[in-house]
Parts: sequence; C-alpha cells; structure tokens
Amino acid sequence: MRYTIMLHYPEQSTETLGEEAWAEGERAFSAYAKALHQAGVLLSGEVLQPSTSTTTLTTVDGELRVQDGPYADTKDQLGGTFVVDVPDLDAALDWAKQAPALAWGGVEVRPGATYVREGRWEPNA
Amino acid sequence: MSVPEARAAAERAARASYGRLVAILAAPTGDLMLAEDALSDALERALRSWPERGVPANPEGWLLTVARNRQRDVWRSAAHRTARPLSEVVVEAARTTSPLDAVDPDAIGERRLELLFVCAHPAIDAASRTPLMLQAVLGLDAARIARAYGVGKEAMAKRLVRAKRRIAGTRIPFTVPGREARSERLPGVLEAVYGCYAVTLTGGPDEAPRRSPDSLAGEAHYLATTLATLLPDEPEALGLAALIALSLARAPGRGTDYVPLAEQDPADWDADLIAEGEAYLRRASAADRLGRFQLEAAIQAVHCDRRRTGITDTRALRTLYSALVTLAPTLGAQVALAAAVGRLDGPDAGLAALPDGVDDFQPAWAARAHLLAEAGRFTEAAAAFDRAATLALDPAARGYLADRAAGLRAR
Repeated sequence: MRYTIMLHYPEQSTETLGEEAWAEGERAFSAYAKALHQAGVLLSGEVLQPSTSTTTLTTVDGELRVQDGPYADTKDQLGGTFVVDVPDLDAALDWAKQAPALAWGGVEVRPGATYVREGRWEPNA
Repeated sequence: MSVPEARAAAERAARASYGRLVAILAAPTGDLMLAEDALSDALERALRSWPERGVPANPEGWLLTVARNRQRDVWRSAAHRTARPLSEVVVEAARTTSPLDAVDPDAIGERRLELLFVCAHPAIDAASRTPLMLQAVLGLDAARIARAYGVGKEAMAKRLVRAKRRIAGTRIPFTVPGREARSERLPGVLEAVYGCYAVTLTGGPDEAPRRSPDSLAGEAHYLATTLATLLPDEPEALGLAALIALSLARAPGRGTDYVPLAEQDPADWDADLIAEGEAYLRRASAADRLGRFQLEAAIQAVHCDRRRTGITDTRALRTLYSALVTLAPTLGAQVALAAAVGRLDGPDAGLAALPDGVDDFQPAWAARAHLLAEAGRFTEAAAAFDRAATLALDPAARGYLADRAAGLRAR
C-alpha cells in the first residue's frame, strides 16, 4: 500500500534560521531519507523550493491566469513529500512520526488511490 | 424444530459470536461493511434453514462458512464488474475460504481484541469509536445506537459508514499493537468502552434505565468484561470492568424515582455485580500499576461497601478522589472531592474546595446547592438547586432537584 507523507511547515531560509540550524535540518532530512531507503520502503522523496518560487495557474472566466506565488497563501506551506510503500496505516504512521519536519509543523499521511506505472494507472494496493 | 426455536438458537449463536465472526471476516481486507452484510446474510439463512434441518453441531462454524461464501461471491462479482485484477489479499482470502473446507470450531480464532483496537484507532474520529464498537463488536443497528446518543438515525448511520470507509480505505491493520505501542493505544480502547457506559448516564430521553435488560449498560458491561478477559494482564482493563460492574450494581431499575446515593437502600443493590466488580479490582491492584479506572472503581467499591458495613467511609473517598484529581484532573473528580471535603471538614471547607469557572457543569451546581443548604444559606441554596435542575439531563434527577429548591423556599 502506497502512502504519501506530506510535510507542512513555516518556510525558513538560512538567513531566518541561521547556518547551523539549517545544516542541522539538512542532516535530519538526510538521515530520514537514508532510514526509509534502508528499510526498503521509499519510492520517492522530494523537498520543494520555497513557495516564493511557485507559479500558480488558474482559469478565471475561461481565461488562463498565470500568477506568482502559491495556490493558498498560508503560514504553513507544503515543503516536501515522501512516497512510501508499507503494509498498512500503522506502518505509514510510524514512518511519519519520524519525519524531521514534525518538530516544525504538521505531517499529513494519505493513502494513494491510483498511481502511474509505464504510463498506465494502477490501483494502489 | 420450530421457527421461534431456530430464531432463539440463531440469536444465541449471534450474541456469543457476532463480534468474533465480524472480526474474522473483516480482518483480511479491513472491509467491515461487507463482513457485517455477509454475516447478517448468514444469520438470515440460518433462520430459514435451521427450522427444517436442525441446528448444526457447530452453529458458529456454519455461520462463518456461509458468510465467507457470501463474501467471496461479492469479491468475484466486483472483480467481474471492474475487470480489474483482485488485490493479492483478496485472492488470498478467497483461496483460503473454499466452501468445501470443514470448519473446525476450535480453529475459529479470537480476533475481537484486534477489532477493538481498530475501532479505537487514533485515525478514527473519537466520537465514532464507541458507536463503532457497539455496531461491529455487538451487532447493534444504527437506529439503536442513535437512540442512546439522542441523535438522528441518519446522522449516526453516516458517522458509522464514514468510519468504516476510513478503516478499509486507509488500511488500518487488524492487529494488537506490540507492547511498546500498546501503552499508547490502550487508553483509547478503554475510553471507548467506558464511553459505551457513559452514554447510558447522559443518553437521549428515550434511553432505557441502566439496569433494565434493554439498556446499553449491559452491552458496556459485556464489552468491558470481554476486554478484561482478552487482556488479563492489563490492570486498567480489569479496573474498567470493575468500575462498570460496581456502578451497574447501584443503577436504578425500570420506572424507579431518583434517589440520591446517600438515601439509597444498599439492600436494593445487586450483590452479584458487587462481588464481580470487587474480584476484578483485587486482580487489578495485584499488578501494582495504579490508573484512572482502578481509582474510579475503588471509589465505587467504597460506596458499595455500605451494603456490608452500613456506613460510607468518607475518609477513604477523600483519599481516593485526591489521588484521582492528581492522576486525571477532571471537573467531575474535583467536584466529588469537594463534596467529600464538605462532609469531613464542614460545608464551608467543601464550598472552598469547589473548582472555579464551572457555569454549565451540572454536578458542580448540585454539590454547591447541597453544601449551601448545609451551611444554612437557604436562599442561595435554592437558587443553586434551581440551576442544577435546569442543567440536569435525567428527568428524575431534575424533579428531585426542583423539589429540593421548592422545599427550601417554603421554609
């Protein structure tokens, strides 16, 4: 069963956080990815650039609108995702509990419905 | 065999094994709805078949086989309809449930503990956990549960369906958490089982009195003793079984007026339930791991002991409530402690011990009213009795409190 672990937290930079705390965060992420990989459950992992780098597309009255900035301008932003393949929700929650971002924000765990393999949708199971 | 006899046999089998069978049927895929449908289908077939052919030697095994066949039919037709490969787990479940399998009654597992942990999983909305247990473990229908909660049938049915979809959709596993995780998860299970009893204290206006056979209190007692049997080494599970047995022992029967505890005649209490509760409490305390439910059960045991000694040991109550306030500081415990303090050290001390800021908390107003009356402050006491009566959910208690207010005004 595939679950996506989504990390939401207030965005920081080396300026706001300080070099040392930033490096510490990087080390925590690196250790987390390594643990997921070594357990053989990691399908993909990605940490996103800050939401200031986001470009959002919407359609307003049939017109395409391209805007800078995130879709929802909230204090906490989606900062990264990990997709894991584990037997059940308890296993997914155990991994989510270890996510380094839990110290800074909320961690969301959602089972996948379908996923694409070789260009075809496959049911998640 | 007559139809009523067959019905009685089917109902006996159902009462004893409903939760056991649902747990076994649902465990492989987490699909509680299909498990319940398949089992109710099997129970219907039993009602048709048993009067003609007699009750099978192993009714539980018969029900399980018929329900599994039904489950498999649904899986097959689902696979046919969607033309999608069945997931491995479903194929595995279908493969292991051939109708030709002889079902060994001793091999029918006990997975109700797993089911209880699923119902009280942290990923399930806390307000759905107790209703889910009442349905999945005991087989109560949504209308019956809705009545206990004083909510509409549709609303309760929706709440239950949402929770079941969540169990299957997110794949909450049918497992008993390991020792480390168990200490985190068990309180949720205990809380949900206690919630089944609590709803009989605060339930809707149509709810039956607790000691009548159609009250949910009996179901709460059954759930708690089941949990205590399945977890014999967990002192809080034993404590909860003790608490419910001892509380139930003093619960009023059908059609009785409200009688405050101090005026109750202990001869009316149920001696068997008291003995049962005390036995659970002794076993719990042997483990030497104190907890909230053991303390609450000990408090009930002190009250019940009046049946033997003729007096209430208020000092013991104060000690136990003090411990409870430290361990689990609820408003109810604080109010009860203040009442015990009032009896020992006088009404002024009791009033001083009442918690602040409890405008809508009925027990606080009832306790305040009693303490004010004892202190001779009759006008204030009457007003407090009025407020307590307005906030009371139980009509009998409301009448008693209103009478006290009127009595004080007539002085």
